[in-house]
Amino acid sequence: MKAKIIITPKKAVLDPQGKTVLNALEHMGYRGIGAVHVGKYLEIEVTGEAEAVRKQIDEACHKFLSNPVIEDYRFELE
Amino acid sequence: MQDPVITPDLIKQHGLTPEEYGRIKDILGREPNYTELGIFSVMWSEHCSYKNSRPLLKTFPTKSPKILVGAGEENAGIIDIGDGLAIAFKIESHNHPSAVEPFQGAATGVGGIIRDIFTMGARPICSIDSLRFGPITEEKSQSLLASAAVRANGGQSEIAKNKRLFSGVVSGIAHYGNCFGIPTVSGEVYFDKSYEGNPLVNAFCLGVLRHEQIARGAAKGIGNPVFYVGPATGRDGLAGAAFASQDLTEESAEQQRGAVQVGDPFMEKLVMEACLELLATDAVAGIQDMGAAGLTCSTCETAARAGTGIEIDLAQVPQRAPNMTPYEIMLSESQERMLIIVHRGREPEVKRIFDKWDLPWAEVGQVTDTGRMVVKNHGRVVADIPAKKLADEAPIYQREAREPEYLKAVRAFTLSGIADTKDAVGDLKTLLSWPTIASKNWVYRQYDHMVRDGTVVCPGSDAAVIRIKEDSLPNGKEQTPTTNHQAPEKLQAGENTNGNKVSSVEKYIAMKVDCNAGYVYLDPYEGAKAVVAEVARNLACSGAVPLGSTDNLNYGNPHNPEIFWQLRESVRGLAEACRAFNAPVTGGNVSLYNQNPSGPIDPTPTVAMVGLIEKPEHVTTQWFKDEGDAILLLGEVVDRNDPLLGLGGSAYLQQIHGLKTGAPPRCDLGREKELHLALRSLIYSGVVKSAHDCSEGGLAVAVAESCISQQIARETPRLIGAEIDLSEVKDLRLDALLFGETQSRVVISVPALQADKVLAQAKILGVPAARLGTVGGTALKINTSGGSLTWDLRELHDLWWNAIARAME
Repeated sequence: MKAKIIITPKKAVLDPQGKTVLNALEHMGYRGIGAVHVGKYLEIEVTGEAEAVRKQIDEACHKFLSNPVIEDYRFELE
Repeated sequence: MQDPVITPDLIKQHGLTPEEYGRIKDILGREPNYTELGIFSVMWSEHCSYKNSRPLLKTFPTKSPKILVGAGEENAGIIDIGDGLAIAFKIESHNHPSAVEPFQGAATGVGGIIRDIFTMGARPICSIDSLRFGPITEEKSQSLLASAAVRANGGQSEIAKNKRLFSGVVSGIAHYGNCFGIPTVSGEVYFDKSYEGNPLVNAFCLGVLRHEQIARGAAKGIGNPVFYVGPATGRDGLAGAAFASQDLTEESAEQQRGAVQVGDPFMEKLVMEACLELLATDAVAGIQDMGAAGLTCSTCETAARAGTGIEIDLAQVPQRAPNMTPYEIMLSESQERMLIIVHRGREPEVKRIFDKWDLPWAEVGQVTDTGRMVVKNHGRVVADIPAKKLADEAPIYQREAREPEYLKAVRAFTLSGIADTKDAVGDLKTLLSWPTIASKNWVYRQYDHMVRDGTVVCPGSDAAVIRIKEDSLPNGKEQTPTTNHQAPEKLQAGENTNGNKVSSVEKYIAMKVDCNAGYVYLDPYEGAKAVVAEVARNLACSGAVPLGSTDNLNYGNPHNPEIFWQLRESVRGLAEACRAFNAPVTGGNVSLYNQNPSGPIDPTPTVAMVGLIEKPEHVTTQWFKDEGDAILLLGEVVDRNDPLLGLGGSAYLQQIHGLKTGAPPRCDLGREKELHLALRSLIYSGVVKSAHDCSEGGLAVAVAESCISQQIARETPRLIGAEIDLSEVKDLRLDALLFGETQSRVVISVPALQADKVLAQAKILGVPAARLGTVGGTALKINTSGGSLTWDLRELHDLWWNAIARAME
């Protein structure tokens, strides 16, 4: 099984990296861009029963992979 | 969106007592609304109002002819350093945010204090930090307990948590300081059980300016427009100041996560450059940063200082998140924002400069003559409060004080049950590898301590020394294109009578931050005196004369009479000592409620002191320089009037015997001052090659550090041996001789031929002095009446240099 995890800065939290990318895009002439959020993407190979894996990944995301103070995460298993 | 109804519960959640709520009603003449409740709650928190500590803070010496802006007047104090130049400096805590999110908490702490400095019109040139964490290595007496705790804790030990906080805080400081582009030049780190779960992060920043460049945080001039500059306001850091004034519990650390802000140092750099450029135009009537309590604090304080009123409309405030309520906008602690009051008619300059630096700005309101702070949202009044009453008339509490119980046992402690050391060689190794004493290179190598090319003495010596030069200063008026190009009268200091430029703008500033909280815990009054004495001694060792100090009082919950007693007694000691060393307090910060589930932290009144070094050749470092030099001790070998012989509260008792007890060594401020005067006059006469003070770990550690602490290049230590002869000291315990922490002692080295002259000179100056030995060889050798002790320098260096890196692996 593969867990695909996406971690992004929380919407309410300042995202200096996203802001910088937004500015650069605007300077390059791209129009109509609203907001940019830069996050990270992880793939984790894992074996086990789906429900248990879900619980395990969720815990890992909360405790270690993301910083729940300033980041949100979501993931899917396939 | 409907505001919540105000209930006693809601009032309590805001940290206000029923009596305080009554007072709010008296001030307003009615019930406050939700937004007003929030505003009062942050302004009347300890962090903003000092309601528990203000009567004590008044006892500090705050006057000197050199002080241009004194304590409590503005965001930071300013001191004259001659030739039309001045320095602004301050220390501030960011303890609670760092406990919750160490990286961002520490980073925004650094950002906040930098903002305080450039708000005064000064260009920040360096920062230093004082940090406290729980132990990162297993301690002797605690190893059994600790392993039991690990099991109880489901695997994650306290040590692992402490390491996480330590590494997060250090990288947060490095991140902000390095990106912003000012060097972090010095600091201190202590590890002690009492800081477990409640680390201390005290950040200090120093800036330089010319006298005429001082900016004020007052909303002057009725009708002047009020500008908001800097990035948009988001929900970050909601009510951080109120959060900082509560006890930390496991639960609050979890719940309060929304209260941590994210910093953007590159943004702050732009804001600083834009503000300094704007200040040089004379268009600014008043300027204030939005730190703790954000927009609330900056509006009501500027109005209160000028005795005016202020009116703003929140609809004009740039907002990052949709649908923010007035409550959220007023209390948000989004970083890197400033409030600027501009002379009417000069608005285009603000717009031009902030557009140039690509920064958002907004005209949000104006100065009024009503004396009230009026906040509107789309024209509807959401808060209307008398500004002065809000800013300056927070309730003041004289808390109950009671001498803590534990002090009885501390005072009763004697050395009778403690056997003299059998393994002095091993003990010194243990002490040097204790993270609190060990080299902090793991910390400061993460900081850029050289950027801007002003650092003269890097981290690793007693005090950092920084050079102030022409480009350290904010730009003068003639460099901005908007003002008239008149005669170049501004650079007086940089010109001689012929009008030719000479590089006369050159000053050397030494600074250090210190606090042996163990001493303060064991005797708040004497311990606090020793804290100030140690900082002043460190400055004297680097060749500096103190100019002023700033302190950060970190304590537990003041509602506990024992904690308040600690606070009161240590403030008494600090005030007395600052007076003695002519180092008036120019400002600082109070952080109370530093508690964790297992109790309060040790009382930690961190003191940062700044001094001036007259000539570059007076700059002195702590390490031995040349083979054959004589090693001298200024001060008594041991204070024989101290029944504990300097071992009370010592690093030796803590680390070798696992005991944190005993009355700490006393500091006689008169003698201490004589020592500093004598040391400086010896340094001025040019004979002193190195000077290092004896603090934690006593004489043996001081001598060992003088042998191993020099770096001639990155990762390239220069080790130099020493042979010390103490065999003439009789009738003294070996542990007290080597590791006792008797105050008022400095180890210096001088050319051998000058040794007798220096000893004679010291005698004339009234300071006890003795020759200890000679620099040279490849080992540290100490001869005592009981035999000779030898240490291999490479081994000592390795233990001392790598201790923290090994613990963090």
